[in-house]
Amino acid sequence: MLLSFSKSSLLVVALITGVAVPVQAAVDVYSSRKEALVKPLFDQFTQATGVQVNLVTGKDDALLKRLQVEGDASPADLLITADAARLHRAKTGGLIQAVDSDLLRQVIPAQWRDSDNQWFGLTSRARPIIYATDRVDPANLSTYEALADSQWQGRICVRSSSNVYNQSLVASMLAAGDMSNVLESVTGLVNNFARPPAGGDTDQLRAVAAGQCDVALANTYYLARLARSDKPEDQAVANSLSVFWPNQDGRGAHFNISGVALTKSANSQAEAQQLMEFMVSRQAQDWYAQVNNEYPLVADVAVADVLAAFGNAKADTVSMQTLGDLNKKALMVMDMAGWR
Amino acid sequence: MFKHINWFNSATVIVALFLLLPVMVMLYQAILGDSELGLHMLRVLLAEYVSNSLLLLLGVAVGVLMLALPAAWLTSMCRFPGQTWLAWALLLPMAMPAYIIAYTYTGILDFAGPVQSFIRDWTGLGYGDYWFPEVRSLGGAVVMLSLVLYPYVYLMARAAFAQQSVTSLEVGRSLGYSQWQALFFLAMPMARPAIAAGLALVMMETLADYGTVQYFGVSVFTTGIFRAFYGYGDTAATAQLATVLLVFVVALLAMERLSRRRAKYHSVATTDKRAEPIELTAGKGWLAFVLCLIPFALGFLIPVLQLTYWAVFESNEWNWDFFSLAWNSFYLACLAALLVVALALLLAYARRIEPGQPVKGVVAMAGFGYAMPGTIIAIGVLLPLAWMDQQIISWIQGLGWSSPGLLLSGSLVALLFAYSVRFIAVALSSVRAGLDSIKPSVDYAGRSLGHGPWGLLRRIHVPMMRSTVLTALLIVFVDVLKELPATLILRPFNFNTLAVRAYELAADERLVDAAPASITIVMVALIPVLVLHRAMNKRPKQN
Repeated sequence: MLLSFSKSSLLVVALITGVAVPVQAAVDVYSSRKEALVKPLFDQFTQATGVQVNLVTGKDDALLKRLQVEGDASPADLLITADAARLHRAKTGGLIQAVDSDLLRQVIPAQWRDSDNQWFGLTSRARPIIYATDRVDPANLSTYEALADSQWQGRICVRSSSNVYNQSLVASMLAAGDMSNVLESVTGLVNNFARPPAGGDTDQLRAVAAGQCDVALANTYYLARLARSDKPEDQAVANSLSVFWPNQDGRGAHFNISGVALTKSANSQAEAQQLMEFMVSRQAQDWYAQVNNEYPLVADVAVADVLAAFGNAKADTVSMQTLGDLNKKALMVMDMAGWR
Repeated sequence: MFKHINWFNSATVIVALFLLLPVMVMLYQAILGDSELGLHMLRVLLAEYVSNSLLLLLGVAVGVLMLALPAAWLTSMCRFPGQTWLAWALLLPMAMPAYIIAYTYTGILDFAGPVQSFIRDWTGLGYGDYWFPEVRSLGGAVVMLSLVLYPYVYLMARAAFAQQSVTSLEVGRSLGYSQWQALFFLAMPMARPAIAAGLALVMMETLADYGTVQYFGVSVFTTGIFRAFYGYGDTAATAQLATVLLVFVVALLAMERLSRRRAKYHSVATTDKRAEPIELTAGKGWLAFVLCLIPFALGFLIPVLQLTYWAVFESNEWNWDFFSLAWNSFYLACLAALLVVALALLLAYARRIEPGQPVKGVVAMAGFGYAMPGTIIAIGVLLPLAWMDQQIISWIQGLGWSSPGLLLSGSLVALLFAYSVRFIAVALSSVRAGLDSIKPSVDYAGRSLGHGPWGLLRRIHVPMMRSTVLTALLIVFVDVLKELPATLILRPFNFNTLAVRAYELAADERLVDAAPASITIVMVALIPVLVLHRAMNKRPKQN
């Protein structure tokens, strides 16, 4: 009786604390990219190197908080986020450290990584204007700022300002112009909304296709996903839409990144760096390009055909670091402009 | 004897304080933190947050009562076609996470969805030519939350109606009340404490909801809290807003308390005879059937059919990890339910045998966590646990051993702690409703027969409270199964649940691919719902 009790309590302890004794070196990853968008790559990495990868996914700021609270004892080696501003926040919070890797510096263009080598971009995603081909003459489109014009009254769909892609877009406007002009543009944009912001990017695209509005701001991979869907109604949505690359005569269209950083508390630094380098390998970059329709950051990896069909754009060259600095200010502008 | 009680009391106070810890951590940060941002948000947005939150609360309260009360009364007091299966079918919407029903109805009713497309194809009208309610709105959020939350009130009201002894109703009838007068002047007022308890839970659940309001773009209090945390990355502002939310909660709890105080009804039944069900025939019977079918159909049947359609015909996301996800979800929810209900029994019971002010106070406050969004609880849990972990690590390293890692904050302990904080109020409310209906004289009799507090609980209360304890177990189980934000932040490495999987795919705008995980949550949640229903319908044996 006593024995069985102690046995069962041991079992309970093991179940609760999840005590697992690592047999070999493993890389522990906190990722705000969804499991489906990182796990397959980790599996390839483990197959190639024998190094295990352990994963927790979550929302970016929550993961940052967890890192911060756990301090030196944190098991995490790598932090992966879907937005540059959060990587920058990790840097200013002293949660990550520099990685000295010639390979990373070589393959990732300077614009897409931290100047102190604390974080590195993995893929980039574009946020252009997407319009209804049959109702909008692209000659009337020019810049993000011009969407404040009264000709777009009641014709624009975009998701909530809680979304980081919108925040970094407004941050890029702030990087290019002064506060009062940006506030004016954003207020004008908000006044032109066809409906209060709701849903995700795909919902905005569907609303444009259905005629509820004429233009939307959305990331290209959502449009690409609809175009590659095997459902005819999704393809119909994609077929009725076109991509317009704004600000081509000026700073260029807005791009954000997903990126990776080595945590300050990292125990398996060598293996972690190995995984970072793996994620910018041809194999990994090609996987991101083909499976999630993102833009690879490595020069000679081809974009997916469907993205290529959207045409080439001049990208805003503002550094991701600047966008990170301006993130809070961007959110305040959106709050003041009434973008919910 | 006294020694015994003191020990019991201090254990209770320690447990209650532990459960309060995360909330206190947040208060501490709110007071200490210096936040420009908090002021900015308060100035610009607070009015909107507060008014929307109040409207949402009011709407959900009305919606829930309209759905739950007729159904509870009809299924417990009347007999009509379909009554037996509707009685348990009405519980099923409980298994449906609010954010999933919101995604599903948006898919069905949105401008680009099948219903509106059909209307356009059929009538030849275009956008703006016809009126159709917007799902993603405050009104939509009210409907979605009402549909999944009404079972809390239904469950408690039904238990209360079922416990009402035939005697009081018969006395009423013999004094000339009609059936309907007996309903409105006797049955409803007698069930009021239970209804109020259920409603308080619904209100707190509504305040804590984030998924639905966020997807619908409705700015309520949680929106502000998340904005301060995720957008501005400002813990102090987050804590300040959470503190304002606490004021709401205290007000709600006070309201519930008040309605309990004014209505202290103990079950006086000495016979276990239940009222003869009222036979509803023909037209009336069908009307009753329809009234009970509506909540079930809207809250469960239609969304489940849509999810099943997506899962079976359109998604390619079925794979073998589903078994491990389902198992993780299931055992986590079981562990949490047992733990939380055990703690609730301890607290409720201590409050009963020793109704002194300190015990009463901490027990009342232990329930604050329920209205806090899971993310806030998670941070409040993480801070003290991580601190304790550091102490353990330095102690063990001081002994010359290597660091054991994060034993508490990096393991399921953190999750179980968070669930206890978040859900103790549900369990407590249900357990207390059961305890309150047992006459204090039964306690005195038990004590005079030489039972200690423990014996009293085990030999007398638990058997008498079987159905309320089971209810508490069920609600906590289902709540944990559906819980997302705290699970997301606190789970250990490589530990996923169904809710996490469903959320990740839905958040990535792959709603159709989220369907298999969503439908599995619903299926797993059905198991305890059905078990509970069977257990509650078995009448306790007469001695």
